[in-house]
Amino acid sequence: MPFKAINILLLPLLLLGVMVGVWSYIALKIPGFPTPSEVWSELFVVLSDPLYNNGAGDQGIALQLGNSLARVFGGFAIAIAVGVPVGLLIGMSKSAYTAFNPYIQILKPVSPLAWLPLALFVFKEVNTTAIFVIFITSIWPIIINTALGVRSVSEDYLNVARVLQLTPFEKVFQIILPVAVPFIFTGMRLSLGIAWLVIVAAEMLTGGVGIGFWIWDEYNNLNYAHIIIGIILIGVIGYILDTVMGLIADFFDYRKRGRV
Amino acid sequence: MSLKTFLKIDHVDKVFPLGGGKEYVALRDVELEIRENEIVSIIGHSGCGKSTILNLIAGLDTISKGTILLENKHILSPGPERAVVFQNHSLLPWLTVYQNIEMAVKKVLGSTLSASEIRDHVMKYISMVNLDHAKDKYPGEISGGMKQRVGIARALSIQPKVLLMDEPFGALDSLTRANLQDHLMRIQMQTGNTVIIITHDVDEAVLLSDRVIMMTNGPEATIGEILDVNLPRPRKRLELQHNEEYLRCREAIIEFLYSKFAKDDE
Repeated sequence: MPFKAINILLLPLLLLGVMVGVWSYIALKIPGFPTPSEVWSELFVVLSDPLYNNGAGDQGIALQLGNSLARVFGGFAIAIAVGVPVGLLIGMSKSAYTAFNPYIQILKPVSPLAWLPLALFVFKEVNTTAIFVIFITSIWPIIINTALGVRSVSEDYLNVARVLQLTPFEKVFQIILPVAVPFIFTGMRLSLGIAWLVIVAAEMLTGGVGIGFWIWDEYNNLNYAHIIIGIILIGVIGYILDTVMGLIADFFDYRKRGRV
Repeated sequence: MSLKTFLKIDHVDKVFPLGGGKEYVALRDVELEIRENEIVSIIGHSGCGKSTILNLIAGLDTISKGTILLENKHILSPGPERAVVFQNHSLLPWLTVYQNIEMAVKKVLGSTLSASEIRDHVMKYISMVNLDHAKDKYPGEISGGMKQRVGIARALSIQPKVLLMDEPFGALDSLTRANLQDHLMRIQMQTGNTVIIITHDVDEAVLLSDRVIMMTNGPEATIGEILDVNLPRPRKRLELQHNEEYLRCREAIIEFLYSKFAKDDE
């Protein structure tokens, strides 16, 4: 039986109805818990003036999200700039792999937030600290996937490079990178997803401005409807980031250019 | 056919180290001289080290003992004067047919040719394997036989002194294989390349070769017999079916492979 197009719209709406029902029940049982209709009307208030700026600690939602995104992309960009070359190095050189691997394995499982106090002590400034935390978050999947991509280059392609006597530089750009790029983008996509998770927590700790700080601030203001709005917006933006990253990754993946 | 020695394999051993101080002697005292413009097949059961010989000539693997000389120069590393057609074609899947060949041509001949000369040169070799219509296709879009033709065109495009083919048609169905063998013989008549083919197909060896090198079984494999195939070119596979010389060569190889050096564990 073909899955009707109408179901694609209908089934999520049906589930939305159930969720709103459960939500309303919870709001009924917990005094002060925002009801769906309160959140719905607050959403318009929040979105109607997204760019207001009454100084530190009181800014529109777009500025909060914009600051968070800027930190994520800042840390992410530095992680790419460092992670891709390091990944290429440890993918191509057994010695480099042997030297780096134990430290990557030990540092990878550390929550990036554990670095936050140390970064705050060093930089004495929240913005740089947040960017550093995102950098630490993003770099491991990028290094690991880049190295994986390099090691997945088939021996046959390397033999072609040897017969043609490609220089190491030519080998990297003409043989290794085309194979590794899809892997690198997988790493970047993973990194960006985790970075978007981590920034919320990091900003709750650093304060100032940003979506994480905003949610925590609204908790202190007893404005619980805004917390739910924050959750929804973070989710929507996370979804958009992942989708765009996926499209970019597919664009650079030779295996997905409408063939094979 | 020139009779001077072109490629000389001189008392070559190949030993692969195994774990725990042990070693596997793949080749022992291989001695062979190959003339210019000659097509030579190396045939043997699997594990006889025939691909190892090819890798040593290509420079992709190192010689344990002895020397290999091409025009009196030692072979120590891979180089474009010894082009390899790999069994699985080894085309770069992110490049089109044209780009795969262009990449090799630019690297090897790029300094001596202008941009338009490079284009003409690439197209000449694409035409040679009758793939003009597929020049902008990616390897994933063409059949296995066409891919192998691109592999041959790429190898020939860099104008090697020796064309090394490692079971080039082994992965193809028999009709496609016959077609490619005809292509290869026609092209070799045009270009006069020296060709070394690794194969395990008796008919292929006889049809294509001036000489068939028969390998004993490993370990310590070496050359068992060398068979001269005295058939005029161009050779037509239909006419050869009942040709006495063809049948004699075929019988000699089968005798060697299945009687003198039979291998029953495969």
